[in-house]
Amino acid sequence: MDRRSPLHTGGHRRNALWIAAMVHRISGLALACFLPLHFLALGLAIRGEAQLDGFLKWSANPYVKLAETGLIFLLAVHMLGGLRVLAIENLPWREGQRRLAVVAGGAAIVVAALFLLSVVI
Amino acid sequence: MNVRLYILQRATAAIMVPLVVAHILVIFYATRRGLSAAEILGRTRGSVGWGAFYALFVLAAATHGAIGVRVVASEWTGLRGHRLDILMWGVGMLLATLGLRAVIAVVL
Repeated sequence: MDRRSPLHTGGHRRNALWIAAMVHRISGLALACFLPLHFLALGLAIRGEAQLDGFLKWSANPYVKLAETGLIFLLAVHMLGGLRVLAIENLPWREGQRRLAVVAGGAAIVVAALFLLSVVI
Repeated sequence: MNVRLYILQRATAAIMVPLVVAHILVIFYATRRGLSAAEILGRTRGSVGWGAFYALFVLAAATHGAIGVRVVASEWTGLRGHRLDILMWGVGMLLATLGLRAVIAVVL
């Protein structure tokens, strides 16, 4: 029988809660990298409506819409993951933490899919 | 992470929950109508409400993001002590400056 702990076998990396923590960190980092670009794009309005409109016309291409869908997923999954963390830290412990993490991920996928549908249809 | 940063991180997270939900709803609403500068600026220009909403959102996101990057850097890199603080302040100031500039651009 293998008596090594999951930390030594790498088994923890298949744990839903470890994956949830990792998704929360990576989505947060990705959002922190994206935000300056988002702010720079909106800041184009300082130079006039036409500048912002030019950027928005470029952003109408399908590849950008696909990237925006990814960003909506990152925003939703980071917020829902954060709510899970706040609940763990501030509410009495409850069973089913893995299920909550999976529901958070699933809900973020649904929100992103709805966004993609709304721009495609 | 010290207690003050921990509380700031959690407080800004709690503040942003309703802001993120509202932002996603606005994104759905605006993109369905087709994004244009006239549509965006027509909604935001001269609006104290949208100005306050986005300014609060930017400041909360800058604070939350800067502390979050500090936490991840301390876990994943060899950065320690003063260097972590420099990274945190750099990220926070960059996000706050560009974010408030964007708010001014769409509100004023």
